[in-house]
Amino acid sequence: MPDTLTPVLTDMWDVDRAWTLPAYEAKGGYQSLDKAFAMKQDDVIAAVKDSGLRGRGGAGFPTGMKWSFIPQDNPRPKYLVVNADESEPGTCKDIPLMMGNPHVLVEGVIVSSYAIRANKAFIYIRGEVLHVIRRVQAAVAEAYAAGHLGTNIHGSGYDLDVVVHAGAGAYICGEETALLEGLEGRRGQPRLRPPFPAVAGLYASPTVINNVESIASVPSIITNGAKWFASMGTEKSKGFGIFSLSGHVQKPGQYEAPLGITLRELLDLAGGIREGHDLKFWTPGGSSTPLLTAEHLDVPLDFEGVGAAGSMLGTRALQIFDETVCVVRAVLRWTEFYKHESCGKCTPCREGTWWLVQTLARLEKGQGTEADLDLLLDQCDNILGRSFCALGDGATSPISSSIQYFRDEYLAHLTHGGCPFDPARSTVFGSASTVEVSA
Amino acid sequence: MKNQSLDDKTLNELREIAGRYPEKRSGLLPMLHLVQSAQGKVTPEAIEACADILDISAAEVSGVATFYTMYKRHAVGDFHVGVCTNTLCAVMGGDAIFDRLKEHLDIGNDEVAEQRQGDQYSVSLEHVECNAACDYAPVVMVNWEFMDNQTPEGAVQMVEALRAGHDVRSTRGPRLCTWREAERVLAGFPDGRVDEGPAAGPASLAGLALARENGWKAPDVAAVPAVEAPKEGQADA
Repeated sequence: MPDTLTPVLTDMWDVDRAWTLPAYEAKGGYQSLDKAFAMKQDDVIAAVKDSGLRGRGGAGFPTGMKWSFIPQDNPRPKYLVVNADESEPGTCKDIPLMMGNPHVLVEGVIVSSYAIRANKAFIYIRGEVLHVIRRVQAAVAEAYAAGHLGTNIHGSGYDLDVVVHAGAGAYICGEETALLEGLEGRRGQPRLRPPFPAVAGLYASPTVINNVESIASVPSIITNGAKWFASMGTEKSKGFGIFSLSGHVQKPGQYEAPLGITLRELLDLAGGIREGHDLKFWTPGGSSTPLLTAEHLDVPLDFEGVGAAGSMLGTRALQIFDETVCVVRAVLRWTEFYKHESCGKCTPCREGTWWLVQTLARLEKGQGTEADLDLLLDQCDNILGRSFCALGDGATSPISSSIQYFRDEYLAHLTHGGCPFDPARSTVFGSASTVEVSA
Repeated sequence: MKNQSLDDKTLNELREIAGRYPEKRSGLLPMLHLVQSAQGKVTPEAIEACADILDISAAEVSGVATFYTMYKRHAVGDFHVGVCTNTLCAVMGGDAIFDRLKEHLDIGNDEVAEQRQGDQYSVSLEHVECNAACDYAPVVMVNWEFMDNQTPEGAVQMVEALRAGHDVRSTRGPRLCTWREAERVLAGFPDGRVDEGPAAGPASLAGLALARENGWKAPDVAAVPAVEAPKEGQADA
């Protein structure tokens, strides 16, 4: 039975000058390279498959299987693209990981590129995180200078170049095919699949796109073995992951634990809900994963457990809201976000998110009728499964789940003629703030 | 000054960016960051220059420049302040901070505050979406550096310090540089500030500190059940 918390990726974060090569190498960094280069590429892929590593960007697709989809008989160059566009509301793990331990990502990029036989890799980082971009740029430069990147790495005959690419502000670029469009210098709008990126991705060449945390987990799998990784986690959700607690908890922050830990356990570690308040609702993996409530405190936070509870593990972005928070206000704000970030390519999402905001905003002001709840669910029904990509689907999650659990609160806005909550009570600086209470 | 035309150095750097990629059009996003650094916004001249270098039409460049929110078609301040008003930060105080700053600076969203006599720098204000720092809510970004755990009064003091030309540090990063300097880094030209600031802020370390206190670690490789050392590559269903 592994320990409650299992720092691997976060283990560097309290080290002096953790982002530098000497600090990383002093902790055993870049050891996986020689081990990987001594293996056949397919054996590296098999090790990642055996470990049970599943994508850490939200979808949970088995990483090794994704790699094995690259057609090696295709004569075109192969590419690895790291999705470092972390933008899902509530998600805040890749950014501190790249700031505190950028070299583990670079090491993972090298091993992963070797496995899929790519000689060029890209790290696509959202543009709004300047210092994180500095740290990754510097780590790549240090890795070149030390011979971990470039030609004939460690005398293996293997060559790899890495480009750090800054995005420019678009949530949709977290969607892997939209990210490729951005990386090709175009508007970030998703592509039709098939063909999947493994067959025709960047420049129509075979491409693997993986999340930062997935790639950063690879060096430890190669160094310590697939069985070591699989000794953590649950039957179908192996290994460790960073759980991000935010909102109304005593100690918000990053907690790296085996998959399958529960919110009750995490809240114990984080000192509980803020003093004098109770848990009302939470997201297990960002705003696109349906809301859960206090009745779900003991759900194992793995792919299967959260799925069985009617939501998704997503990015383990646990946003915690106490009883002072109006769920209608929270959901309206997320919906405004989806409307703003909808890329405009497909009608259900472009028009649908606009209508969702209209309907929700009216309800929030207490101006709608009870029939608007059915209207909202009907609108969701016309978006979910009918949109071009998962952005539209995600937009419906907070709405349908909040109506499921908090229907009465929507109705209270109608009887109250507006929001019955005082937003000042939810803030960290208390009710003596300058917030105007609308009533 | 602000609309000076693109000089040869900038044009050469634009070509250099395009050369980083197997297909040069991939350079467009960082190229647009660089022209913003040179001219303070995306100008029609810059659109033409990018189109020329990449052998695409100006309309194609415009289409990209108007899609991404970080590209500005009007000037922003020397210090561009972004208040997160996505749900979690909004609830934790982001709405109050944004309201207070709008009132204090006497501007609306995406506007530049008046540069008063004696102000060394200008400040602009925008509300931003989730910036991946939710454990530090409410969060304010200044020129895309983290200003964690803000309050309305603290944010007002911060913008005043910026206007007065005082050094302001990111809570998890370096001394703030100007927006144009920041855009240059985003274009892929490092500024030497990488070693400023900590590896991680206090919230990032919350779990790690507990693990250290309790002696919790990932399993020892030797202690992995059943086998001494796994053989990679051997499928073992």
